[in-house]
Amino acid sequence: MLIAHRDETICALSSGALPCGVAVIRISGPKSRFVIETICRKLPEPRKASVRRLCDPANGEALDQAVVLWLPGPHTVTGEDMAELQVHGSRAVVAAVLRVVLRLHGVRMAEAGEFTRRAYDNGRMDLTEVEGFADLLAAETEAQRRQALRQAEGGLGRRLSDWRARLIRARAWIEAELDFTEEADIPDGVAERTWAEIAALAAEMQAELTASRVSERIRRGVVVAVLGPPNAGKSSLVNALAQRDVAIVSPEAGTTRDALEVDLDLGGVPVRLIDTAGLREAAGLIEAEGIRRALARAETADLVLWLRPANGDGGPLPTLEASTPVWEIVSRADEAAPAIDSDSFRISVRSGEGLEALIERLAGFAGGAAGNAEIGLMTRERHFQSVARAIGWMRDAVRGADIPIELRGELLRRAGDEIGRITGAIGTDDLLDVIFREFCVGK
Amino acid sequence: MNYDVIVIGGGHAGCEAAAAAARVGARTALLTHRFDTIGVMSCNPAIGGLGKGHLVREIDALDGLMGRVADLGGIQFKMLNRRKGPAVRGPRAQADRKLYRLAMQAAIQAAAGLKVIEGDAVDLGLDGDRVVSVTLADGRVIACGAVVLTTGTFLNGLIHIGETRYPAGRMGEAPSVGLSATLARIGVRLGRLKTGTPARLDGRTIDWAAVERQDGDDEPEPFSTLTTHLPNRQISCGITRTTAATHAVIEANLHRSAMYGGHIQSRGPRYCPSIEDKIVRFGERDGHQVFLEPEGLDDDTVYPNGISTSLPEDAQAALLATIPGLERVRMLRPGYAIEYDHVDPLELAATLEVKKARGLFLAGQINGTTGYEEAAAQGLIAGLNAACRAGGTDGHVFGRADGYLGVMVDDLVTRGVSEPYRMFTSRAEYRLLLRADNADQRLTPMGKALGLVGTERSAAFGAKLAALEQARALLDSLMITPTDANRKGLRINLDGVRRSAFDLLAYPDIDFATLKGIWPELGSISAGIAPQLEVDAKYAVYLDRQNSDIDALRRDEAVAIPTDFEFRGLAGLSNEMRDKLERVRPATIGQAGRIDGMTPAALGLVLARLRKGG
Repeated sequence: MLIAHRDETICALSSGALPCGVAVIRISGPKSRFVIETICRKLPEPRKASVRRLCDPANGEALDQAVVLWLPGPHTVTGEDMAELQVHGSRAVVAAVLRVVLRLHGVRMAEAGEFTRRAYDNGRMDLTEVEGFADLLAAETEAQRRQALRQAEGGLGRRLSDWRARLIRARAWIEAELDFTEEADIPDGVAERTWAEIAALAAEMQAELTASRVSERIRRGVVVAVLGPPNAGKSSLVNALAQRDVAIVSPEAGTTRDALEVDLDLGGVPVRLIDTAGLREAAGLIEAEGIRRALARAETADLVLWLRPANGDGGPLPTLEASTPVWEIVSRADEAAPAIDSDSFRISVRSGEGLEALIERLAGFAGGAAGNAEIGLMTRERHFQSVARAIGWMRDAVRGADIPIELRGELLRRAGDEIGRITGAIGTDDLLDVIFREFCVGK
Repeated sequence: MNYDVIVIGGGHAGCEAAAAAARVGARTALLTHRFDTIGVMSCNPAIGGLGKGHLVREIDALDGLMGRVADLGGIQFKMLNRRKGPAVRGPRAQADRKLYRLAMQAAIQAAAGLKVIEGDAVDLGLDGDRVVSVTLADGRVIACGAVVLTTGTFLNGLIHIGETRYPAGRMGEAPSVGLSATLARIGVRLGRLKTGTPARLDGRTIDWAAVERQDGDDEPEPFSTLTTHLPNRQISCGITRTTAATHAVIEANLHRSAMYGGHIQSRGPRYCPSIEDKIVRFGERDGHQVFLEPEGLDDDTVYPNGISTSLPEDAQAALLATIPGLERVRMLRPGYAIEYDHVDPLELAATLEVKKARGLFLAGQINGTTGYEEAAAQGLIAGLNAACRAGGTDGHVFGRADGYLGVMVDDLVTRGVSEPYRMFTSRAEYRLLLRADNADQRLTPMGKALGLVGTERSAAFGAKLAALEQARALLDSLMITPTDANRKGLRINLDGVRRSAFDLLAYPDIDFATLKGIWPELGSISAGIAPQLEVDAKYAVYLDRQNSDIDALRRDEAVAIPTDFEFRGLAGLSNEMRDKLERVRPATIGQAGRIDGMTPAALGLVLARLRKGG
């Protein structure tokens, strides 16, 4: 697990904890130039800081405005071609840029300490000593990694252990066919049955990878759904927070018929704000659909803001099945004086009352919900990469019905190594444990 | 008397160690109880197998003895996994015990610069932490520059047969007790392991008609690349199975077994379970295979492979009588379990030198391994490095990418053992590269550089290499268009790309014979060379990938950690990592990275300190 290919290009967040003013993403290896050309369109002059707009090459979507440095080797920190992207230091931006960069062929997340290793290998160590192994010291320890795994949402940690065990078992059966057929009561064709199991496992891993709430959270940030009766001012609030017009705001009830989403950066935490259609008992058909979607979104949100107009009948809070926290907020506070006994949180988009306080509270909540710091984010992104590669090797192995079994075994070994990067290396002893438990080996 | 290297023990490790030390020019003595026990096979009469056969080929590539001796003693040759790919094929042979032993004794006698001394080593003399002499039971003290200790199962050996037990190194031979005390004095951690052997049978009392026959290969393939002719006639083995009645006998007597009666606590190998183990753990099976292996051409002794046991003698006789073909068999001697001391291999450097005692090298079962081949391969490494130590030159470490012998030593000195260590092909991550068929290409050049390889092998290898290169050049020069290839019956994409004969060999359904149909000139390539080129072509993509893994490995192995490196003084290192590093004391960053549970962060810290200190 510690030996990684040096001909691959590596990428990592090399500045400290997020959020921060400026985050530095470093890229090292032969594809560094290609990365810049792909996401910045134009290669800046070597060693000269240039402001560039970073775009997702897949859809042209802007990611951030960044200071970009192109550092051709060998006179760089690692001795290789390097690129440095100084982006805005929010988790959302960093996650988005990393995601785009890592999607490029031949670029992968750096292992902990890998920049240092390359520097060392290329005789550039002295220069990096000043930096004091930033990437190394920020690297997770084994205990932290296990902790991160346990904390992973959606039971990803449990699933990884399960995948590991099943992959070990599958590999063990293949290896038993290679190492022990001559001296053990191993039924013929044991290996053949194993391929179906591996195909199923790969499919399951792929489904999980696609659906994983963890990956979604990195992508989407913390989700806040804004609910309330028609004309409670939901869209106005969303717009005020986004400081741009995303929803059609009109004083007529029922204007917003669908959930509209806007991504915000609150104190460095990515927040996805969802403006939902007003909830109303007697609703037209189109709006009924909007309400259904609004409730569905609220179920999956991390937080619900329940808006009740100060001068109107808010009606009862809708019952949500999920244990999503709900903040009750009195909106349009400028239109009516507070009731004497009310300690409700009051806002007014028009007067600005309570908005700053709300933003602060939201940022606090989002910061907590985003969970562990950037280490978690990095670790998870790395894990997804490993799982994706493992799936690739497993599929190659399953497809290779016409190649010799030892080559298919080799593909599975590589899949195991990838899973091992996350869960701890899979060694021969793990395989032998299964073989000796399941087969009567030995003359 | 004065020697560069003294090898203690005349088993498989000792013979190979003594011969290797002598080959590189050390004045060498082989110290053994009796000359006529040199080369004895204490357990099953066979050499090679999967992983093990690879080791034998590697020993041969370094001009060691085992391959040639096994060819002289072999009476049934078989290439295992023949129907599977070349990387997992392993040569194996049944051996005539007497022929094997005599051939080994002859090889030892023929070795220049090697003298055999009969005697019983009881102690080692140390000057500080350096070994300087060996003390014999009769009071003789022999000065030396280095010692290779190969005690096998003799170190505090204790034989168990049912409830009976007595000290012994092997059936009928005294154990070695004094050397255990020597090792304790040096301060190495000792462990205790267990192994077992089945009863020996009189072949004349076996009903051979009632058992299945197992023959060797029609065209037996020798171990050694220098062997041109296998001298012995080939025999058949028999296969029978245990029955429900056998299992009933074992269950009724289980409490009297040394293992299950609570007399043995030490760990035995899981891949070589006693018949008691098999019944207890896999009792639901209707029977377990028993291989009846003749021990020699003019010897009626038969080794019943698969039923090693520590049951009392009467129970052993009763269980044998329940096996088809063995109803009236006469037991020549009972099976037994044996416990013995071994040294925790974490105490060793990758040269097999004890870290706490310079000049003391260990090889074979004393290092927690099992098997003749594992012992012999370690013997060769220990003998070579002992000679280097005595001569004041640097030793040589075989790496995981060099061969199975490197994999084995690295596993031992990095991970230690919890049961007797045996080689399997699955232990080698570069399995596709480390094949039995290319052992010479991997190791003979290295052996030549080390002075291990004699002129005969050197010449033969040079000729093979030239033939390989010539054949490869021919394959590369023959080109064909996709259209022509399809016309000749090959299924190739019509992409307009011309392909060489070598490219075509990479296709799963195209073999050398097919190509000869297209290019008759390929008939000039010899039958020994063609299969290898075919393997190289079929594995090419995978080998490229492994080679880039190996480049990374070599870079990590090139970063040495000094033996006096202070892991304790390293700030930022967790206690868990520090303990692991202290226990193994890795010699390189590569080895440190293979310690179970090591983290990249810990490695980086070590690297940083190395750089600063250096």
